[in-house]
Amino acid sequence: MRRWASLHVQSLKSALARVAREPVATAMTVLVIAIALALPSGLRVLVGNVSALSSGWQGVTDFGVYLEPGTDEARARALAEQIAGRPDVAGVDLVTSDEALADFRARSGFGAALDALEHNPLPHTIVVRPAGGPDSDLEGLAAALGALPDVDFVQLDTEWVERLRAILALAAYVVDVVSAVLGVGVALVIGNTIRLEINSRAAEIEVVKLVGGTDAFIRRPFLYLGFVYGLAGAGAAALLITAVLALLREPAAALAALYGSDFRLAGLSPLDASVLVGGGALLGLAGAALATSRHLQEIEPR
Amino acid sequence: MIRFEGVYKRYPGGREALRGVSFHLARGEMAFLTGPSGAGKSTLLKLVTLIEKPTRGTVLVNGQNTARISRRGIPAFRQKIGIVFQDHKLLYDRSVFDNVALPLVILGLGPREIARRVRAALDQVGLLGRERHAPITLSTGEQQRVGIARAIASRPEVVVADEPTGNLDPELSLDIMRLFARFNEVGVTLLIATHDLELIERFGGRRLRLVDGMLDADGDAAAMTGS
Repeated sequence: MRRWASLHVQSLKSALARVAREPVATAMTVLVIAIALALPSGLRVLVGNVSALSSGWQGVTDFGVYLEPGTDEARARALAEQIAGRPDVAGVDLVTSDEALADFRARSGFGAALDALEHNPLPHTIVVRPAGGPDSDLEGLAAALGALPDVDFVQLDTEWVERLRAILALAAYVVDVVSAVLGVGVALVIGNTIRLEINSRAAEIEVVKLVGGTDAFIRRPFLYLGFVYGLAGAGAAALLITAVLALLREPAAALAALYGSDFRLAGLSPLDASVLVGGGALLGLAGAALATSRHLQEIEPR
Repeated sequence: MIRFEGVYKRYPGGREALRGVSFHLARGEMAFLTGPSGAGKSTLLKLVTLIEKPTRGTVLVNGQNTARISRRGIPAFRQKIGIVFQDHKLLYDRSVFDNVALPLVILGLGPREIARRVRAALDQVGLLGRERHAPITLSTGEQQRVGIARAIASRPEVVVADEPTGNLDPELSLDIMRLFARFNEVGVTLLIATHDLELIERFGGRRLRLVDGMLDADGDAAAMTGS
């Protein structure tokens, strides 16, 4: 067991020594791997952030119940109370036509144009806040409210949330595909680096074969080299993502504040980071395994 | 220890390097393999070290028929043979110690045992105290002795050498040959290819002379000079 361990420690040391011998070339390789890994991981974090943001909007499914024009205010209040009494409604707000007009006048700047109107064109509106969670039957509630007397129409404004969710699901899927493609790319980049390393050490491999080195013995340092490249690349990718997110944090918070949200950009979670680093190391190992299985057999003593 | 029975070796392209070679080198024997260049000396050694397999005939080394050894079995086979090369084949990015230790590391020995055996091997070739040196800082003769130390470090019963004195002056060549003779005295079987006839004149023992892929003569040095 100790011998086995010392063989592995030796292989790891020799892999690190090879890496240290050519710092610039190694840094370039690690950087290429880091960028290829940072792209999908960074996208994943961003999609995760937008999803978190949109699930925060889940409660914002208030909808407007517009009453028939000409309905008097007492009737509107009665209707509002009736709707508020429903078990699937958490609360209501009545916006009378006068309030609506005043609000519109203040916000739109069309004050003079509105003055020209003979009467208020705006209906009374009851803003309904549903009680249920995301599973509740919003469509059913909207239909029931629309069937009430004196209700003109109900505007259920959840479609855009549905669309956003669909877009996010698609984006997550795209991130998965991009991750897979770039993962294969990283394995190939590492495999190619290992292939070059094997070629440059052909004479040494030949000698080791001549003194009875087994395939496993010859392969081991190259596998460690691939592992180290993958690990270093993934570590650099994690740092890169963290740095970029740190740069985005302030502007994102400022933007959120403009919308009255206290949303904070989430960084790479410890779980994401360990998946990234572990995945990177495994990709490195896979690339090295591919390269060694293909190229070590080609080198035979002559 | 090494037995050839009617061995032919034809390379792709049709060149016949060996044509019906038969001989037997017993355990503990030492023989010089001679002959002009191109006579098949290197091919014969490649058959012993399983770099090549015979086209026809049988090569037995350590009682093993080399034709029956699969690719996976080659490392274990080579671990029992010491090989000395004309161009040393040292690893120049490693110390003398690490070069000699290589076959022992492959055998999976512990660090203490490796250190002990490396020093013993370097002592035998007269290079004790040079463990930490880089091979490139040594003379050609010393580098060859490092190569020999590596070949004997794992205490193989068979050592083959391909022109081990090819690049050395007569003085150093004699040193190397004396070294081999000493190994032979402790029971190592040796097969040494060389074209340096003057050198082997000074040693007794068996000579295998290859000419044009065939064994031209097999016998004592004394008997052959007499003929």
